[in-house]
Amino acid sequence: MKKHSVIIDKSKCVGCTTCIKACPNESIRVRERKAKILDQRCIDCGVCISRCPHSAIRSVHTGLEVLEKYKWNVALPDQALFGQFTAVFDPNVILTALLDLGFDDICEPAASAELIAQAAIWESENGTRKQNLPLISSCCPTILRLIRMRFSELIPHVVDTVIPIEHAAMLARDRAARQTGLKPEEIGIIAIVPCPSQITEAQSPELLDAPVIDETIPIVDIFSELESAVKKVDHPLALCKSGRRGLTHAYSGGEATARKAYNFIAVDEIQNCIRMLEEIENGNIPETDYIELNACTCGCVGGSLCVGNPFNAKLRIKKMLGDLPEFYREYDVSEIGKEPIYASKKLEYLPAFLLDEDRSMAFEKLTKIREIRQKLPGIDCGGCGAPSCNAFAEDIVQEKAQLNQCVFRRGNNDGQ
Amino acid sequence: MPGLTFTYAVDGNDYHKAGEASRSAKFALKKLGLPPEVVRRVGICMYEGEINMVIHADGGTATLKVGMDEIEIELEDKGPGIPDLELAMQEGWSTADSQANQLGFGAGMGLPNMRRYSDEMQIDTTVGEGTTVRMIIKIR
Repeated sequence: MKKHSVIIDKSKCVGCTTCIKACPNESIRVRERKAKILDQRCIDCGVCISRCPHSAIRSVHTGLEVLEKYKWNVALPDQALFGQFTAVFDPNVILTALLDLGFDDICEPAASAELIAQAAIWESENGTRKQNLPLISSCCPTILRLIRMRFSELIPHVVDTVIPIEHAAMLARDRAARQTGLKPEEIGIIAIVPCPSQITEAQSPELLDAPVIDETIPIVDIFSELESAVKKVDHPLALCKSGRRGLTHAYSGGEATARKAYNFIAVDEIQNCIRMLEEIENGNIPETDYIELNACTCGCVGGSLCVGNPFNAKLRIKKMLGDLPEFYREYDVSEIGKEPIYASKKLEYLPAFLLDEDRSMAFEKLTKIREIRQKLPGIDCGGCGAPSCNAFAEDIVQEKAQLNQCVFRRGNNDGQ
Repeated sequence: MPGLTFTYAVDGNDYHKAGEASRSAKFALKKLGLPPEVVRRVGICMYEGEINMVIHADGGTATLKVGMDEIEIELEDKGPGIPDLELAMQEGWSTADSQANQLGFGAGMGLPNMRRYSDEMQIDTTVGEGTTVRMIIKIR
């Protein structure tokens, strides 16, 4: 089973049930007064991290200490990082600060995003790849997991390009090996990420056969050190190798714009994304060619491991774009063809909500669930530790909960 | 043979809720492990039916009977009935009002889509009394 990067700090969790209600995928329960994440259902959206009033839910911590594990460290700064610093409108300041913190090299996911966007433009203009319109973006791993679990009929619509940060990782590893002559295990490819989804993705990629990123540092875990370093940068080096169309991936709509998908819809925030996917599944397909779905508000700048307000971050990045060229580099077709930008693994249906492998057992279980549901108050109070009476009834049938955990059923000795 | 029946009341005045029955039914079918393609077809048939009941018939009842081999959808309303069924079955034909059109409904694809995505379809309609649409979707 997939390892998840969202964890509960049991010393802080009071069992308040805020998270079970907030989770868009019904993947948290409160058991014995502590929240527990159901691994097979968690899509790493990070909503619970943002919503927990007791700061008891967080991602796995990683700081700069990981740099000591390797002889050569390459930073992959997610585009969202560029919007985190007050009054910094030059990406070079942030990139220089990363080198000052001890990174040996930088490989920008924004530059990879630019390359992938150019490949996509070329393809759509030349009709070289089979496309099922409307295309659904593959940029958000949480959305990919959600589609695999709940909207698997839509898998053929998902574009087959890798997430830019993964392309950057592959590029960085090749380059570092060439430049340094070090062994692969001596090179650290380190992504600086805005969300738990990307941490999980780095460990078990949705679209690649094997992981390509060695370590992930959440933006929030590196922020104070990086901010001090940013303040000390007097003469930023000319490091930035991405243009506007690469950096715009930081916020919702950026990727679609970069792909010149003028007729696009960009949906942000997980509940909005779920609603859109439901509509598409109903055959109510929007009049558009490209649908970008980002699980976080405003896109990656709204990731639960970012520091600042996503709307501010988006504005800062927009200001930054003014001084950048449209594309840092124009790639030609032969170059694009050599790049590892396509998925090496297909998305597959994940039966996370299946009641039983055996269909007649599943029928029986659903029948029982509906019977039990009739005995419950239907107010979805969460007192039992499940997000709804339906989910609770299902937990009972799956032998993960007992009817007397319902506060309305306690002391009701009818033998059930 | 195990079988399950789901009944949904479709509110005739709520465009925003239109689709709830279909959504809820699809979720249940996925839990049963029915093939995604079947779930999608049921979803589309129910959704179109629901929309029709909201636009034309002031609501009604959607019933879903799930068996091991097939799924039956019954959509029953007490609306105005369909005067010319042959015409109504034509793609693009619609009598939806401007409110429905503004909301993106009324493209005249409801009944044609229901026929396209179901294996069997039967419509009983009486002007002034109502309409019942029955659809069968086989589980292959």
